[in-house]
Amino acid sequence: MKKLTINDSTTSWQLADKIREISGENINTCMQCGTCSAVCPMFQQSGSPPRLVMALAQLGLEDQLADQRIYKVCASCLYCGVRCPRGIDVPRVMEALRQITLRQNIDMIHPAQIPEADMRELPTIALVAAFRKLTA
Amino acid sequence: MATSYYPGCTLKTKARNLEVAALESASVLGLELVELPRWNCCGAVYSLADDNLLNLLAPVRVLIRALEQGNDKLVTICSMCYNTLARANRMMREDLEKRHTINGFMDEEPDYAGEIQVVHYLDFLRDELGWAELRKRVTNPLQGLKVAPYYGCTLTRPYEISLDPRPEAPTIMSDFLEALGATPTDFPHSTTCCGSYQVLADPQSALASAENVLGSAISSSADILALSCPLCEYNLGLRQRDLPTDIPTIFFSQLLAMALGLGADLCHFELNQVNTRKLLRERDFPLP
Amino acid sequence: MANDTDSRDKVQDSPQLPKIPIFIMGKRYMVPEELTIMKAMEYAGYQFIRGCGCRMGVCGACGTVYRKPGDYKIRVGLACQTVVEPEMYLTQLPFYPANRASYDLAGAQGSAEEIHAAYPEVFRCVSCNACTKICPAEVSVMDYIAAIKRGDLELASELSFECIQCGLCVSRCMAELPQYHIAQMARRFVGAKLTPKAGHLREQVRNIAEGRYKDLMDQLESASKDSLIELYKARQWEPAKEGEDWTPDDHRGLLS
Repeated sequence: MKKLTINDSTTSWQLADKIREISGENINTCMQCGTCSAVCPMFQQSGSPPRLVMALAQLGLEDQLADQRIYKVCASCLYCGVRCPRGIDVPRVMEALRQITLRQNIDMIHPAQIPEADMRELPTIALVAAFRKLTA
Repeated sequence: MATSYYPGCTLKTKARNLEVAALESASVLGLELVELPRWNCCGAVYSLADDNLLNLLAPVRVLIRALEQGNDKLVTICSMCYNTLARANRMMREDLEKRHTINGFMDEEPDYAGEIQVVHYLDFLRDELGWAELRKRVTNPLQGLKVAPYYGCTLTRPYEISLDPRPEAPTIMSDFLEALGATPTDFPHSTTCCGSYQVLADPQSALASAENVLGSAISSSADILALSCPLCEYNLGLRQRDLPTDIPTIFFSQLLAMALGLGADLCHFELNQVNTRKLLRERDFPLP
Repeated sequence: MANDTDSRDKVQDSPQLPKIPIFIMGKRYMVPEELTIMKAMEYAGYQFIRGCGCRMGVCGACGTVYRKPGDYKIRVGLACQTVVEPEMYLTQLPFYPANRASYDLAGAQGSAEEIHAAYPEVFRCVSCNACTKICPAEVSVMDYIAAIKRGDLELASELSFECIQCGLCVSRCMAELPQYHIAQMARRFVGAKLTPKAGHLREQVRNIAEGRYKDLMDQLESASKDSLIELYKARQWEPAKEGEDWTPDDHRGLLS
C-alpha cells in the first residue's frame, strides 16, 4: 500500500461530506473494528478491505479511495451492514462511492464488451443488477 | 380467492423451471395465483443511495400494477424480485418525503402509499397453508434426500424484509424441506453471498464466494442444494463448471412439485445442471 | 414533387390568415395560424432537405419537440401534422444517433437472447417511462421494452406495431437505449421466425410458378386498351357486408 499522507492537500472534506450525504450514514462513528472485512465475501479475492475504505472515507482521502476495489466488486449482499456493531449501513457507503464514480459518467463495466456467449447465458437479473450498480 | 403474482423477467426466460413447478404446485394445493396482466422489470437490485430515487420507479410501478388488480397481496418467487419489491414497498409506506417525490414524478400513474403487501412464495405457503397441512398433501415424500437449504442474501437481508422472523438463523426453508419429507442439513453458509451480479464484473471474486458456499454445503453432507434465486442457481449451479466442487442444485419449487407427485416434465429439469438430473435418476425420481 | 408544389402554394396562399408568434430554435417568427409546424417553418424561410418525408404523418421523418408557455411538459408531434399554437417553442429532432446493431436475419434463430446480445443496453432500462410520454404515435414504449427484457417478443411486436421509427424515444432515454431499433428486431423475428408460415400462400406461389395463371396473364397482356378499360369497369366488388364464405363469380383465380 502507498504511504498514507494526511494533510490539507490529500484530504477532501467535500468528498467526505458527499459520501455522508449520498449514503445517509454517519461514517465518523466507525471504530475500525474490522467486522465488515471479516464477513465480506469479496474482501479476500479483491484484497481491498471495507474497513480501510471506511477510514479513508472519514478523511476524504480521494486518491487512496480511488485505488480501492472493494466498492466496485461489492455484491451488495448487506452482510457487513447487519453485522456492524456501530450500526453503520456499510453497503450504503459502498453505494455512495459507486455513485460518485458513476455520476462522473465513468462506467465500471461496459455492456457492449460483454461476450455474446455470456449475454445469451446470463440470467436477466444478473444483467439488470450489474448494469444498475456499475454503469453510468 | 385469487392472489396477484409477479413473475419477473428471469422466470420467463432462463428460470422457467422455477416458475412452472411453483405455479403448478400452487394450483394443486388450491392456492390460486394470477399473473399481473401488465408488468415491467423490477430492477433486480434496490438503490442504496439516499438521493437516487430513479431506481425505485420500476419496482413502485409494479406495486401500482398490483394495486390496480384490487388484491392486497403480491406474491413473488424470484428472490431478487422479492427483495427489490419488498424494500421499495417499505420505503413507500414509511418515507413520506420520498413517497411524495416519486408520486409527483410519475405524474402519469396513480399515487401509491405502500398499500400492497409483498410476499415470497415460501411465506405465502407457510401463512396460507401451513407446514403441517403441506406435509399431509405430500404424496411422494422426499425420503432420504439430504438437502442444504440456501437463502442467499436476498431472502433475509435487510432484516426488515426477512422471510423468517429469525434472519440470523432462518429456518423457513428447512421447515419447508421437512414438510416435503426431505432431510435439511445444517449449513453454516446458508446466508452467505453467492457472488451475485459480480459474476459479470469480477467473476474470479464472485466464484470464490460461490465456492465457499458450495464447500460448506458439501461439508454438511448434503446431496443437493435448494435455492430460490435464478442468479444463485447460475453462480452455484451452472458455473460449477469453473469450480472444483460438484454438488447438484435445484429450485425449492422443483422439490415441491416432486413431493406433490406432479409430472416431472413440468419441472423442466433440462434447465438444471447435468449432475442434478444424474442424482434424481440415481434416487429413482421419475424424469421425463 | 407534386406534394412539394402543393405545400408551397398553401404557404403562399396563407398570408391572408391572421398571424401568430412562434419560436423556432429560440427565434421568434410571425406565421399564419392554421399552418402545420412544417409549413410554418417553410413560411419562415426554412427549406427541408432532411427531416421531411411523406407529409402525411406516417413516415416519422419530421419529429418535433415543443413546449407551450407556462407549462413544464415537453410535448411532441410530427411537424407535418401538428398545427402551430401561439408562443410555442419548438425545434425539429428528426434524427438521433441511435445505436443500430447489424445482424443476419436469415441465419438468426429468432430468440430473445439474440436481441439481448445485439442490444445489451436494453437491461439498463429503469422504467422511467419518458419514452412512452414522448411517443407521438402513442406507443407504450416502456411496456414493449419490458416485454423484450422478459423474452416476450410477440407482445413486444404487438405493442410496437404502430411505431413510426421517428426516434424521439431515444432522445429522451436516460439509459441510452435505441428502443425503436430493438423493437424492429423483435418484429422482424416475430414475422420471419416465430409466426407460422401461411400454407395457402405457399400453395398459391407454387401454382404461379407452375404456370397455372399463365393463360390468364397472357390474355391480359395482349388485350387492347379499350378492352382493359371495359374489364376494369366490369370488375366485381366484394360486398361491404359479407361473410368469409363469399367468392367472386369468376373462380379461375382462386385456390381449388
